[in-house]
Amino acid sequence: MSKNYKLVAIEVNAYYGDFHAIKNISLGLEEKAVTAFIGPSGCGKSTFLRLFNRMNDYIDGFRIDGEILLDQKDIYKKSVRVDELRKEVGMVFQKPNPFPKTIFENVVYGLRIQGISKKKVLEEAAERSLKQAALWEEVKDKLHKSALALSGGQQQRLCIARALANGPSVLLMDEPASALDPISTAKIEELIWELKKDYTIVIVTHNMQQAGRVSDHTAFFLSGELIEFAKTKSLFTNPKDQRTQNYITGRFG
Amino acid sequence: MPHIDEEIERLKKKLMQMWDVVEFQLVSGREAMINADQRLAKKIIKQGDKVNDYDVKIDRMCENFFALFTPVAVDLRVVLAILKINANLERIGDTAEGIAYFVREFESPLEQELLQATKVLEMYDEALSMFADCRRAFLDNDTELATQLIKRDKFLNKIYRKSDSIVIPYLKENPDKIKEGVALLSIIKKIERVGDQVSNVAEEIIFYRDAKVVKHQLKKKKKE
Ligand SMILES: Nc1ncnc2c1ncn2[C@@H]1O[C@H](COP(=O)(O)OP(=O)(O)OP(=O)(O)O)[C@@H](O)[C@H]1O
Ligand SMILES: [Mg+2]
Repeated sequence: MSKNYKLVAIEVNAYYGDFHAIKNISLGLEEKAVTAFIGPSGCGKSTFLRLFNRMNDYIDGFRIDGEILLDQKDIYKKSVRVDELRKEVGMVFQKPNPFPKTIFENVVYGLRIQGISKKKVLEEAAERSLKQAALWEEVKDKLHKSALALSGGQQQRLCIARALANGPSVLLMDEPASALDPISTAKIEELIWELKKDYTIVIVTHNMQQAGRVSDHTAFFLSGELIEFAKTKSLFTNPKDQRTQNYITGRFG
Repeated sequence: MPHIDEEIERLKKKLMQMWDVVEFQLVSGREAMINADQRLAKKIIKQGDKVNDYDVKIDRMCENFFALFTPVAVDLRVVLAILKINANLERIGDTAEGIAYFVREFESPLEQELLQATKVLEMYDEALSMFADCRRAFLDNDTELATQLIKRDKFLNKIYRKSDSIVIPYLKENPDKIKEGVALLSIIKKIERVGDQVSNVAEEIIFYRDAKVVKHQLKKKKKE
């Protein structure tokens, strides 16, 4: 593979017990670009996304074969430390999940776990991450209030700030805006657009327009297979596979 | 039928109603020209208002469609095509009106001799047949037929290019026919335009069906 691929999957199969959830998928994700995963419910988007930071490892009966490379290195090798990997590959979930702590403590959570306790370092990291997540202006006067008092959209940006504070180079987002109103959604989308200057981003979304607005490349999955992977522009104007066309035009099944 | 398909059908139906009016204008233009029929010419011009109403209506329907359905892929292309075909139909209507205005210059029906020498009727018939086939290509999604239309346009261009060299000598011998002769040349020019406009519509049909842009390739060939 010649391009600047940040993440590469090579002939990846994944199983939940007997269930074959990911079927022989190979693809490369460009560095500092946004890739969207789309497809009907249950097609394996989240499963595939979670392979990139080994989030499936906990699940009983889960198995993977094939290779997942991050910066050309196989992340499923025995020598890889999963906690180090997760710092490098951050994740944001569908439902904002702040801890029942203050805003400040949420953002610096990862740093504290790493043993960093110097007040100045933590404060700087919190401000930087909150600014990157476009939340600073809204929370700078209440950093020590509970994160649970924030709106859903603010909580989601807080979770993004929390992921950023660990200094990742990749952000995985599983339907990060599906529980938000249009304004909060627009803020998340703007944020993704900004963040892609510095980060490689993968986003799972059920919102076709969102995929169109934020991503450079789009992958369409169906029943665990990768059906089509193309520039977002061409996938949404002239999909090559009839199944992709049926899905994106809403004429599925 | 899914809601989105119903909306697309509604748009197509509106476009076909407009197509009927423009076809009436074009077909009548031929009759009016042959018979120097002033009443018919007036009627053609009057129909222009109707065409304009359709143009505005279809534009608005497309705008609503974009806003409410945010279409992609083939749905996006069909509505883009309808939007552009609408604009071209409106221009074909204008061209037919233009022909009617020139007919109003005629004081008497044109000489058979001149009609035959200039091949204006053959040209007109070809333009009408192209216009009808264009509608068929759109309704049947027939990109083969649409591709043919782009080639047939060349026939019209050929007659057009020869028309000066036929009409001018004729006028030298019949100086009393200058008014008709000049109007006829203008009509020939208009028919040539209809051919171009039909080609444009054909290109949109190919774009919508096959996602292929033929505009530039074929124009390049035309110049060669
Ligand atoms: N923990 C699990 N144990 C067993 N099967 C699972 C597990 N998680 C997911 N699956 C199955 O794997 C398949 C893919 O699930 P996945 O969550 O990746 O789909 P998805 O594309 O993200 O769907 P959605 O759009 O609904 O989030 C589904 O058939 C699902 O039932
Ligand atoms: Mg999922």
